[in-house]
This record gives sequence, C-alpha cells and structure tokens, in this order.
Amino acid sequence: MADLVWLIPAFPLAGFLLILLFGRRLGDPVAGYLATTMVFASFVSAVLVYFDLQSMPTEDRETVVTLFSWVPVGTFQVDLAFLADPLSITMCLFVTGIGGLIHMFAVGYMHGDAKFSKFFLYLNLFVFSMTLLVLGENLLVTFLGWEGVGTCSYLLIAFWHTRESAATAGKKAFVTNRVGDWGVMLAMFLAFSAVGSLSYSVLNESAETGELAASTASAIALLLLIGATGKSAQLPLYLWLPDAMEGPTPVSALIHAATMVTGGVFLLTRINPVIAVSYDWVPTTIAWIGAITALFAATIALAQNDIKKVLAYSTVSQIGYMMLAVGTGGYVAAIFHMVTHAAFKALMFLGAGSVIHGMHEEQDMRKMGALRKFMPITAGTFIIGWLAIAGVPPFSGFWSKDEILLFALADSTPLYVLGIITAILTAFYMTRQVIMVFFGEARWTSLANDDEAPEVADGEEPAETHNAHGEFKPHESPPIMWIPLVVLAGLAAVGGLLNLPKLFGIPNGISYELEHWLEPVIEFGEADISATWAYDNKYVLVAIAVAAALSGIALAWLVYQKKRIKPWEPSVFANGWYYDAAVSWFMGKPGREGFQLVTDFDAKIVDGAVNGVGVAVTATATEARKGQTGYVRQYAGIIGIGVVLLLGWFVVIRGLL
Amino acid sequence: MIAAVGTTSYLLLAAALFAIGAFGLLVRRNPLIMFMCIELMLNAANLTFVALATQLDDINGQTAVFFVMVVAAAEVVVGLGILVSILRRRPGATADDLAELKG
Repeated sequence: MADLVWLIPAFPLAGFLLILLFGRRLGDPVAGYLATTMVFASFVSAVLVYFDLQSMPTEDRETVVTLFSWVPVGTFQVDLAFLADPLSITMCLFVTGIGGLIHMFAVGYMHGDAKFSKFFLYLNLFVFSMTLLVLGENLLVTFLGWEGVGTCSYLLIAFWHTRESAATAGKKAFVTNRVGDWGVMLAMFLAFSAVGSLSYSVLNESAETGELAASTASAIALLLLIGATGKSAQLPLYLWLPDAMEGPTPVSALIHAATMVTGGVFLLTRINPVIAVSYDWVPTTIAWIGAITALFAATIALAQNDIKKVLAYSTVSQIGYMMLAVGTGGYVAAIFHMVTHAAFKALMFLGAGSVIHGMHEEQDMRKMGALRKFMPITAGTFIIGWLAIAGVPPFSGFWSKDEILLFALADSTPLYVLGIITAILTAFYMTRQVIMVFFGEARWTSLANDDEAPEVADGEEPAETHNAHGEFKPHESPPIMWIPLVVLAGLAAVGGLLNLPKLFGIPNGISYELEHWLEPVIEFGEADISATWAYDNKYVLVAIAVAAALSGIALAWLVYQKKRIKPWEPSVFANGWYYDAAVSWFMGKPGREGFQLVTDFDAKIVDGAVNGVGVAVTATATEARKGQTGYVRQYAGIIGIGVVLLLGWFVVIRGLL
Repeated sequence: MIAAVGTTSYLLLAAALFAIGAFGLLVRRNPLIMFMCIELMLNAANLTFVALATQLDDINGQTAVFFVMVVAAAEVVVGLGILVSILRRRPGATADDLAELKG
C-alpha cells in the first residue's frame, strides 16, 4: 500500500487536468465538487498509506517510490521520487484533509463568482504542488513543489486581479518569495557539491555519520533558513503574508494559514540532522528569528481592524512559535503545533470568510458586533478556534504551545519569556477580535441607516454593496460552508490528543503518540531535555501558560467588553512598526538610486563596451572601403607591386636563388 | 641555329614582352586592348617555359605551356563573352567606367 503513495499527488493533478479541459463546461458548482472529491480521494490515499506504515516495524517506516529518473547528467542523478515516511505522511494527512474541507467551504463561498472553475483549477494545482513538496525524496522535487505552491499562491492572491491592490499583493508575494527561493537554490548547489546528491537520505545520512563538515552543514541550514523565512513569512521576509489577504478567504485559509506557509518549517524539520551538526549558533539563530517574529507579529495584530489582517499577523506569530520550536530542537513540538494550528487557523479563517460572506463583503471589524445572534454556528465554531489559539486547556493549541514553551525554557530563559509574552498577547488580540465581531453592540445597524456610505476598505464595488446596507441583515452561511467549520472545530478542540504529555495522570498508552510516530525521522535532531529544570517542573510551566492565556483574555474582556480600560492601540502597532513603510522607503529612495546606478553601469559601461566595439569596426571599415576604387587597372597594378614585393622578399631576404 | 641564339636572349625577349604586356594593362583603358596585353604576358611566360625546357632538356616545361594555352583560351572565351555583353549595353565603355562595385 505504501507503494501507492504517488496516488496522493496524482488525484489533485487529475482534478487540475480535468478542470483545465472541461472546467468551463462543468461550471458552478460541479467543478468545485470535482475538485473537492479529488482532494478527499487524495486524503483517503494518505490514510491508507498511513495505516500501512503504521503496520510496519518502527525502523522500517520509510518507503521510497521512484517514478522515473528525472535529471541523469553524469554523476548528477535526480529521480522523481516520493518518500513516504511518518513526517511526509503526517503533512499529507493534514494538507489533504484540511484542504478538502476548505475546498468544500469554497464551493459555497465562491458560488456565483465569474471565474468559479478557474478558482478550483488553481486550488487543485496548489494541493498537487503541496503534496509534491512534502513527499519529495530529494531537494529538487521539494523545490518543484515549493515553486508550484509559490506560483499558485501568486495566482490565487491576485485572483481578483482587476482590483489594483490584489494584483499588487500577488506580485509582492511572488517577489518576496523569490528572495527566499534564492536561498533554497544555493542550499541545493551546496548540498550537491558537498555530498554529491540532493537526496534527503544521503544528505541526512552524511550528517549523521559526521561526514558533513559543521561549516558546510551550517551554510546549508542557514540558506534553507532564508528560504524558510520567505515561504513561512518570518522576519525579515514576512511582508507579503498580510498583503496576501487580498485573495479570496478560502485561499487565505488553505495557503496562507494551514499549509503552504508551514513549508519552511517542514523543510527545516526534514533536514534536522543537518541542523543538529551545524555550529551551535545556527539553531539559536532559528529560535531567535522565530521568537522575535512571534512577538513582533503579535504586537501588530493588537491594533488591526481588518478581520483577516488580525488572523494574518496571528499566523505569522504562530509560525514564529514553530520556528522557535525548530531552533530549540523541539521538532515534534513544531510539527504538533503545525497540525493543531492548521486546524484552528483554517477554522478561524473560514469563520472569518463566513462572517464576510454574511456581512456582504464587509471586512472591517469596527462595523461588526453582536453577530453571534445572527450566525450562531459560525460564532460557536469561531469561539472554539479562539480558545484553541489562546491556549485554554483542553483545546488543541494549549497542548502544542505548551510543548514549544517547554523546549524554549529548556534552551534559554529569554526565549521562554518572549514566548510567554506572545502567548498573553495572542490571547488578548484574539479575544479582542471575538468581542469586536461576535459580542458587544451591533455597529452595523447604525451603518445601515447611515446615508453616508462608510469608507470602502479597498475601493472595490462601492455602489452595489453599500446600497444593500439599507435592508442589510447578516445571515448564517449555507450548510456547505458551516459543515467544514463544525468538522474543523472538532479537530481544533481535540487535536491535543495527538501528543498528550504525561501529566495529570494521562496513561502511557495514549501520551506522546505523535512523538513515537515521528521518532524515526527526527530522533537525530530532537533535543534531549530530560535533564533540564523545565522538564522536571512541567506543572509550573502549565500553570504559567494557563495564567498567561487567562490573563490575556481577561484583560481584553475588561478593555473591549466591559470597557473599564481605554483601548490602547498605538499607531506604531497598527502600521506594523512601520516595517513595511521602511522597506518601501528604502526601496523607493536609496534602493532605487542604487538600482539606478546598476542600470547606469549596465547602460554606459557594459553596453558602452559592446557598442564601442561596433562603432570602432564601422569606422575602420568606412575608411578601409575607400581602398576599393573599382578601377581594374589599379587593382592590376597593386597585384603587380605585390608580386614584385613577394619576389623581392623571397630573393633578397630569404636568400632563395 | 638554336645554339646560335642563347637561352638568355629568349629570356630577355620574354621579359620585354611581359613588361610591355604589364605596362599596356596598366595604362590602356580599352578592355579589348587590356585583354591583348594579358595574352602578351601569358605568352611571355610560355616563352620562358619553352626556352628553359630546351636548355634543361626537360619535357615538363613544354607540358606546362599546353596548360597555359588551354587556360588562356578558356579565359578568352569567358572574358570576351563578358566584354561583348557589356559593350552591347554600354557602347564605348572603358575599364574605368566599369566601377560600380567601388567602396
């Protein structure tokens, strides 16, 4: 059965091809059902492969399926091969499972869109690329998927490309990701020159046996880290993710929350032996990038008013946690948080989509409020997601975040402190969002009666939407949209079961399931923290984490619900620490001047040299052609003189005769 | 009889003929005369071949003469053909008038 791992990407690819050929004829909503079916079929294949691997002995849980030799050039051999092991199958399970639910939601959300079938075309292509990314047996196949998801991300962010901001956001995502891709490519070149292969098994093996020098390993790990900061939206390359919210909401849920953005964390986990044999400061760098990004994005999320922007910065922040876990050697914790985050963040994005749908394309939370009465299912499921991300036990986010904080404390106290502050902020901004959207007074009623149209967030379709505000009433979404919400809410609630710690008398049989499952892949890189203070005092950590979550929630409740404290939303947070503006300024002024210098160098020096040769040749030739007088007699004379000179040379100088 | 006139005399005659031909080729503008000058030069060369073949008693020199004659005949055929067609189109044209390909 594990040999059939190629079916996992094959189904979405088939869906892509079918919709490519017949999409227009299938139309709305059949194309959507087809795409959804394909992704669920892929999920079923992943489940079958999972059970097959589960039935094998732990150390044999690795199957390589080679489809064909892709690049055979001398000693450089790259196969199009898939690697079915616990890590890749874990990724596949949640990518296709949650992906399928999001497809289903999208059938309802995109209903009536002019480009309905094209949307599912891109979405299936995305799932195909993502499964390629996680199943790749070597860096090149992964890179193929890596670029594929980047392209789909671009296409889907700019899906409503007639809107200026969407087109710009798509370009921004694409260009920013290219910076990261540059790192991945260099890492591939370096890996090939160091070990002569791009295969993960060869690369990891050489790290485990100590063949790979620490300097080379550090360089590979750092270059892949550059790629990861691009794809996983970490500092300094996180810029594109908040703008990516211009895409349709299911895209934000699927690509920019649950799956693609975790690609960087996955890649670093995949090469964990390489990170393990790097210099000590390499994992420390990863951990600090993660921790600082987590805190940085959380502060920005405090002051956002767009319902999706809050979730976007929250995603950046949560992936920061995963990077923190990777950097401190907690790979299981990273994957665990990745899975739980995929569930609850997809849930909240879809919930946000449902709200936007019910509010007739309104995204500004200041114009919402009290929606729980009108959208009970959306509100109920969203609240579960909120409790999960805030880290309230027993919801999934609590378990996974706690595990990451444990590894952070075992590594260094400052990292732990950053993590706890982020946890408080996370609870705070998510509570703020829930209150602004679902509780409090209904601010949209006043807007509805207001003749003055509220300012339009993105300048799109002002007439139609706001004329509708007159008889405006939020409504619950249809079942095809709320069923995925309910399923995801269930997952977000019980996701912690995957990897329960041995606390509170939880028996051996059901604890650390994910860790046992992933052990063959990560045992070399996983940090051993059993001798640390943090490990012996887990109850203290749990108490601190719960206190952090509850204090964040309570504080937000006092500020936004009870209004005891005036909200404090400094513009430095609302504007994302002016990071975006700083980059724009830098690129606009000194950057542009720098590029202008390069352009001038190219135009004047490089082109000048090339053109100069041409001009010189033309000038010489213009002079030289004057020798061609066209007088036959002159030519004959020159020939005669030439003969005499040649003869003279032979006779006088060479001394012949 | 042959012995009375030495090889040197033949070679001097050939040199004189060649010089006349070359001079004529350079100074005359009538294409037909220029042709005749070329013939003169070719035959001057032939004369040196024959004279030296006799002196060295080597038949190869005489063989070369036949080659030169054949080539000269062929050249005349082609050259006169071109000349006739040019003069038919532009009567009275000189060699200097035919300078269309000048740089």
